[in-house]
Amino acid sequence: MSAKPKLKQVFDRPKSLKDVPYHYCPGCHHGLIHRLVAEQIDAFGLQESTLAAASVGCSVLLYDYFDVDIVESPHGRAAAVATGLKRAKPDSFVFTYQGDGDLAAIGTAEIVHAANRGEKITVIFVNNAVFGMTGGQMAPTTLEGQVTTTSPYGRSAAEAGLPIRVCEMLSTLEGTAFAARVAVDNIKNLKKAKAALKRAFTYQTKGWGFSFVEFLSSCPTNWKMTPEEANARVGKEMADYFPLGVYKDVRAN
Amino acid sequence: MARRVLIKGNEAIAMGAIEAGCRFYFGYPITPQNEIPEYMSMAMPKLGGTFLQAESEVASINMLLGAAATGARVMTSSSSPGISLKQEGISYLAGSQIPGVIVNMSRSGPGLGGIHPSQGDYFQSTRGGGHGDYRTLVLAPSTAQENYDLTMLAFDLAEKYRNPVMILGDALIGQIKEPVELKSYRKKPQDKPWALTGAKGRHGQILKSLFLADGELTDHNWMLAKKYKSMEKEVRFETYRAEDAQLMLVAFGSVGRILKTSVDILREKGKAVGLLRPITVYPFPKQAVRQAAEEAKALMVMELNTGQMVEDVKLAAECACPVDFYGRPPGSIPTPDELAKEAMKVWRKRGLK
Amino acid sequence: MYFDTIIAGFGGQGVLLMGNVLAYAAMHAGKQVTYMPVYGVEMRGGTANCTVVISDRPVGSPIIHEPVSAVVMNRPSAEKFGPMVKKKGQVFVNASLIKEGQFTTRAKTVCWVPTMELASDIGNRRLANMVMLGAVVQGGGMLTIQQVADALSGALDPRYHKMIPANVGALKAGARFISEQKAAKKG
Repeated sequence: MSAKPKLKQVFDRPKSLKDVPYHYCPGCHHGLIHRLVAEQIDAFGLQESTLAAASVGCSVLLYDYFDVDIVESPHGRAAAVATGLKRAKPDSFVFTYQGDGDLAAIGTAEIVHAANRGEKITVIFVNNAVFGMTGGQMAPTTLEGQVTTTSPYGRSAAEAGLPIRVCEMLSTLEGTAFAARVAVDNIKNLKKAKAALKRAFTYQTKGWGFSFVEFLSSCPTNWKMTPEEANARVGKEMADYFPLGVYKDVRAN
Repeated sequence: MARRVLIKGNEAIAMGAIEAGCRFYFGYPITPQNEIPEYMSMAMPKLGGTFLQAESEVASINMLLGAAATGARVMTSSSSPGISLKQEGISYLAGSQIPGVIVNMSRSGPGLGGIHPSQGDYFQSTRGGGHGDYRTLVLAPSTAQENYDLTMLAFDLAEKYRNPVMILGDALIGQIKEPVELKSYRKKPQDKPWALTGAKGRHGQILKSLFLADGELTDHNWMLAKKYKSMEKEVRFETYRAEDAQLMLVAFGSVGRILKTSVDILREKGKAVGLLRPITVYPFPKQAVRQAAEEAKALMVMELNTGQMVEDVKLAAECACPVDFYGRPPGSIPTPDELAKEAMKVWRKRGLK
Repeated sequence: MYFDTIIAGFGGQGVLLMGNVLAYAAMHAGKQVTYMPVYGVEMRGGTANCTVVISDRPVGSPIIHEPVSAVVMNRPSAEKFGPMVKKKGQVFVNASLIKEGQFTTRAKTVCWVPTMELASDIGNRRLANMVMLGAVVQGGGMLTIQQVADALSGALDPRYHKMIPANVGALKAGARFISEQKAAKKG
């Protein structure tokens, strides 16, 4: 598919975002997160040197929105694809954008080993505790008791274990240089998310190592909530189990 | 004068790749192809290239996908069970039209099987192998020299057609040590406007295999189908003592070379037996087989499996003459005498004189 | 010209090196040659073997079940490969470790080469494999001793190049042994 003809820039839409409407559901946080990432691409002047690895899930359509070079990855493999991109073009800015079904289930091996090798890439991980695109099935990050289409009686710890805390897990690896969990459910958190992204971008542009930002995100459609209810759930139930904060910042001083 | 070196088949592949400008290799250990990653791990750092031992075959094919998306010449290698794991990525390469070279020094299966030479991966290689309606070009070398030469060719074909190219060998082809004449690769690098190099002076571009808009995927598949059709001109095969052959043997790879000795044995006995050895098994040398079927009295396919390529031979022969088959499951390598005896059974069965 | 051989023995006796040197020499002499080592599971259990085929024409099968010759450096190898050699073929036996009656063969010619004793005579028992290679080349006639000697610098790792003169001495000792045996038979 060829890029749409470039339209005149209005207001402050980031240059690296295309001027097209999102397909995302009302109240979904993907749109906000896309924008935050695009803002940093612009702020760091990286639009011409960015290579992105799209993943499988709702955000597979990343390439309809970002005006940068993008390759599609098989389900779960974005961190391996990004490894190839970065090794072949070490001067590029390489990021992946993956959901929890993609990164925390089928792509566990790829993310763990990319982090452990200290690949100089940036991983944007969007955790909405559910498989979104396939219609709301249980994810590794689905909260205990949460009803999904494949946990109709609520996630049972005895059957499915408890949700994986990816940020904490990756922080234990020597190769991970920066890891943070953020949310965009209110202005305060959004500002922190922005700061974390900026830090992650700094890590890669300075060649300091593997950087990882986990976004807690809402999925009103599959949570069967209104956008307001879903937004509130992110800050309460989700942030309770997945605490926000910077987990690793090896160059903090 | 060209330099001749005595090297293993696997090393010949690594050296051919490097000569063709491959500077990125991603792999994962598995017998009997380990000399390839071992060679690459020694050579790449000295050449300023990348050798990376991935966490799995799955990861390594996707690293190839990423690096190749930037226009680089990239190779991965494995053996049968590992190729099964790579098939997902190969399907994406085909769908996204990203070139790459995949070496399969196949072993025996199904399952873990063993490390014996086997040609049981013929279907896996020539039928696409992964999901979806696609094809990979498949080259089947039979000597260390061919390993070297065809690996260089594989990179050219991959870029020419923006398609994955597979090299299909087996334990014998990988482990054998033979003189190889080293050559200088002289092709000029091709323009790759599709490559992801950053959206400099242009909009961002995309390499993908997902097509959701109405009719888009249909068009994409038709375009791919036309491309696969156009690959047919890349057909390569060898004939050996095929002149006036009444019985034409058809075999590829290791069996193809062993049969040369069998043909010599039979010709010494005055039997007009020849050999047709497909070098590309996809595209399959259909016309050559069809012609042989018309000129010979019978065709006989021999494989280190219980019957795979024989299907392609029968399709190509279009019943112009009978097609017999001798197959052997993994466990031992047939000797030229044994295969000559099998050929003689067909010779008698078909009443040849 | 066509020659093939299976070279077999204990791991550590240098049988793969013998095969390599022979193949290397054949390549330098402008012959077609194929060397096939056993590998993987077959490698376990302490025995090693390789097959070398040398010809003026392209080599078809690299695997030979009825070889023209076999070089057996220990008793298990003699028992395994001795019976496989063609009637008109030759078996080169390491007489330092194998005794008469310990294996069977149809081969018309059996050369008993006291490899370790001959190697000791020239001052290094570890060159027994090169003594045997000299005997094989002299007895098989597929190459000259000089062609093999000339190939050593290419076939051996540079670390061992200072050993080349000693290796050449061992090749010649093995070759001389075969010539003397032949002469003795004639006389």
